[in-house]
Parts: sequence; C-alpha cells; structure tokens
Amino acid sequence: MGLVKVTKDLVAASATPMVLGILAEGQSYGYAILRRINELSGGELEWTEGLLYPLLHRLERHGHVEASWQAVTGERRRKYYRITDQGLAELAEQRRQWDTVVDALKEIWLGLAANGPLRAIPLECAA
Amino acid sequence: MTAPEGQEGLEAQLAQWRQYVQRRRELQPADADELEDHLRGSVDELVAVGLSADEAFLVAVKRMGSLDELSREFAREHSERLWKQLVLTGDTSSPAAGKRPPRDLLVMVGCAAGAAVSIKVPALFGISMQHDGEFYALNFSLFAMPWLAGFLAWRRRASAALIAVLVALFALGAVAANIYPLGDESQSVVLTTIHLPIALWLVVGLAYVADEWRSSRKRMDFIRFTGEWFVYFVLIALGGGVLTAFMFGTFEAIGIVPETFVSQWLIPCGAMAGVVVAGWLVEAKQGVVENIAPVLTRLFTPLFTAVLLAFLVAIIWTSNGINVEREALILFDLLLVVVLGLLLYSLSARDPLAPPGLFDRLQLAMVVSALAIDVLVLIEITGRIADYGTTPNKAAALGENVILLANLAWSAWLLLKFLRRRGQFAALERWQTNYLPVYAAWAWIVVFVFPPLFSYA
Repeated sequence: MGLVKVTKDLVAASATPMVLGILAEGQSYGYAILRRINELSGGELEWTEGLLYPLLHRLERHGHVEASWQAVTGERRRKYYRITDQGLAELAEQRRQWDTVVDALKEIWLGLAANGPLRAIPLECAA
Repeated sequence: MTAPEGQEGLEAQLAQWRQYVQRRRELQPADADELEDHLRGSVDELVAVGLSADEAFLVAVKRMGSLDELSREFAREHSERLWKQLVLTGDTSSPAAGKRPPRDLLVMVGCAAGAAVSIKVPALFGISMQHDGEFYALNFSLFAMPWLAGFLAWRRRASAALIAVLVALFALGAVAANIYPLGDESQSVVLTTIHLPIALWLVVGLAYVADEWRSSRKRMDFIRFTGEWFVYFVLIALGGGVLTAFMFGTFEAIGIVPETFVSQWLIPCGAMAGVVVAGWLVEAKQGVVENIAPVLTRLFTPLFTAVLLAFLVAIIWTSNGINVEREALILFDLLLVVVLGLLLYSLSARDPLAPPGLFDRLQLAMVVSALAIDVLVLIEITGRIADYGTTPNKAAALGENVILLANLAWSAWLLLKFLRRRGQFAALERWQTNYLPVYAAWAWIVVFVFPPLFSYA
C-alpha cells in the first residue's frame, strides 16, 4: 500500500492542466486549489506554494486566468482566480496532448501485461 | 474558533511573518497578502482538527517551506522584480492603493514648472538673455533652487520657523547677487556666479535636513543626496542634449531653424526644471537603485591615487617647480575638491562599524599625496601674492585652498588614527558633516564681502 511519490518533473509538467482544470470547475483561490489537488490525488501529488503561486501568476500573465480580490460573504478577502476563454482553449489543447501521451502509455502497458512484466525489453529490440 | 488570547498571539505571529516576507524583493505586498491568506487557511484547518493556534501556525509555516525557496520560485516568474523599477504612479502592486497619481508627483511637477517659468520672468521686465548675460549668470541659481528647497520643505512638512529662515536666506542671496554695481569685466561677477550656487545649495541642504539640522546622520544623508542629485542631473542633461539635437535636426530638415527657441526656452527652462526633477528622483528612488556615487568613488579612488603619486614622483625626479599661474591655483583647488569628493562619497557608503581595510589605506595614501602636492603649490603661490598684491580671484582661490587643506589634513589624521585602531570611524564622518557650515560661511563671505572689499574689481 506504499505511497507513490510522483517526481518533481512530472508534477511540474502536469501542473498547468491540473490548475486550469480545477479552475474550469469554477473560480477559486490558492489555498482551495491546493486542497483540491490534494483531494484529487489522495495526497500523493506534492505541491508547494512555491509551485502554485508563481504558476498562477504566469497563467495570469498569459491571459489564461483572471485574478481579482473579492470578499465572499462570511469569508476573508481573497485573491480569486477565474479561467478565461483563452484558458479554456489552452486547457483543451493540453488535454489533447495528455490524452495522446496517456493513450500511448496505456498501449505499452497493456502490451507488457500480455507479454508478462519480466520481458520488459524484447530481445529483438535489444539486439 | 480559538480563544481570543490565542487569536491575538496568532495575529502577532502573522504580522512578524509578513515582515520577513516583505523584506524579500521578489515578493510584493500583493503576494504577501495572498500567501498570508494561504497561511490563514492552513491554520484554520489545523485548528479545526484540534491544534492550538500556536501549534497550527508553526505547522502551517513549516508546510509552506523556507522563504528562500519560495522567493526563488517567485523570482523565476517575476524576474523583472529584481530590476527595481521606479513606480511613477504610486504603489500599484497593492490592491488597496487607488489609481490617483501620488501627491508627491503633482507637487514635483508644480515645482519644476515653477522653476522653468521663473527663469523667463525677468524677460517680462525687459531683461533679455541675449544682452544681459551677466544678470542671468549672477542669478541663475535663484530661479531653480528655491523651488527645489520648497519641494523638500513640503515633503518634510517643515515648520513655519524653518520656512521663514529659508525664505530669508534666498532673499539674502537675491540681494547679494544684485546689490553691487559690478562691471562686465569684474572678477567678482565670476566669483559670485560660482559661489552663490554653493551658498544656496547649502540652503537647499537646510530644507533637506529640516528640523534635524543638528544630526550628523541627517547631514550625511544630505551629502548622499547631493551626490545622487548630481548623477541624476547629468543623466537628465544628457537626455536633454539628445532631445535638443533631434529637435534641431528634424526642424532644420523642413527649413525651420529653432535656434532662438532652443537657446532661450528649451535649454534654460529645461535645466531649471531638471534641477527639481533630479531632486525628486533622488527622493523617490531611495532604494530603487544602488547609489551610484559611491560606486564611482570605488572605481576612481585607486586611479586618482596612482595619478597623484606619479605626479609627486615626477616632481621629485625632475625637480621641476610647479608653474603657478592663476589657472594652476584653480586647477589645484579643483583637485582638492575631487579628492574630498572621493573621500566623502566612500565615507557615505561605508559601514561605520567595519574594521579598517585596504581601501581605507588607499584613501589615506590619496589624501596624503594630494596634501603634499597642495603644500608645494601653496608655498609657490604665497610668494607670488606677496610680490604682486592680490586680486579677488587669487584671494578666493587661496581661501578655498586653505579651507580644503584644513579639512583634508584633519581627515588624514583621523583616517590614520582609525587605521591604527586608535579612533572611531564615526569621528571622521562627524568631522565631515560638522565642516559643512564652513563651506556655507565661506561662500556667503565671497558673495557678500568680497565685492566691496576689493572695491568691485
């Protein structure tokens, strides 16, 4: 039942579609986004504030999200992020790319399962 | 929620944490707000599962990771923040700040415009720049400096008494410039033209230090202000030169020669406004860029020391006497001014508590060699004055030489004591700041006493 540690590189690569995807569900703020990621990954994706906030600011600079300081009733004033149309387009594009990667990986893993996990490197290829 | 006591402690801890965050250049107030909100969210959650406010805060901060790492990540996205920008429209980074331009900017623009207009006022009374050059030479510092002093006094909310003193001193300057019947050929015209700006600049200094005029630290700030002001003014002048050149070239290309406009409006008005703008820039940019004057002194102190030592060696080697013409005396005065400037501006940037180092030795070498050269010059010149009698120019040059010599000699002594660890560095700083009134007094004497003393020669 060991915890899967996702490498830093993979976390970084998946960061943009992750945040855009969460914001596509509705506007949100930093702390809530981080909690949502935690929830989605069962606590296995290690995100830091140093990753999240600069990323949000970069998305804002590129126009994928819009930020505004708002005070929702009964809550503190917070900086809320909202996805833009451009951000939705970017999300669609990223999703297409990720689907390609995931599909390809699935193909490989299905093939491996059929041939048995021990023959990870087929002999023909190694020669 | 938490007990009020715990809440209070939490607020204090958060305030302290904010201070740490705001010390980071990469993290702006808006980021601090955002991160603080994050921290509060984290704390609330931890408190909800049963931690005390104190514990929750510690855990939340720990989770956020080190500030070093955080600011490094922020710097990757916001690299422009490492290049400090001068924000002209107020604090735009804070969401609380409004959009209106700061009052500072408006007052500065007003003062700069006032200075620019002032120089054209005499023209209304028929005093033209072309024919009455002497009037403008004597008075040019009176057009801009009162505005700069006014701006500074406004910024410091100067007391009525101080404002009265400033007005009185500027009025005194106006009297000194215009009361005496000086001929076109009179040496006193040149002397007043040089010394009145010095006297009035120290009046600006009074506006700068305001009510804290006794404080040595504050006077040192004025010395720093002067150096930075000079650097900014030169930069503005260079920009103005480019503007003028383009204006001339482009208008000439369509057959209009804007000579009168450039020489009688653009340059004089621009220079006067530049005096105020440069002062405002120094005030506004404190902390925007590294002070440049100390950097220049670091660069040039070794070079000047080398030149002075080479000159001394050459004198001894060739046993040539110094050919003391009047120009030579002024040249050596300027040399002492430069050496004093190099000394002052490296003092201004030095940590007073740091132990003596190589650079301090270098400075002592520079000051001592300048003194040695100057003594040689003085020996020559006093002989000359004894032979041929004196003129206003010679007397002024000699007086300046003595004042600078006294300053540098005592500085060298203090520097030596400091190097041998028998004295404090602060003593040197205090000596220099205490000496400022001497320059003021001498400048006023030359402006006020010299013309009648030498019967308006």
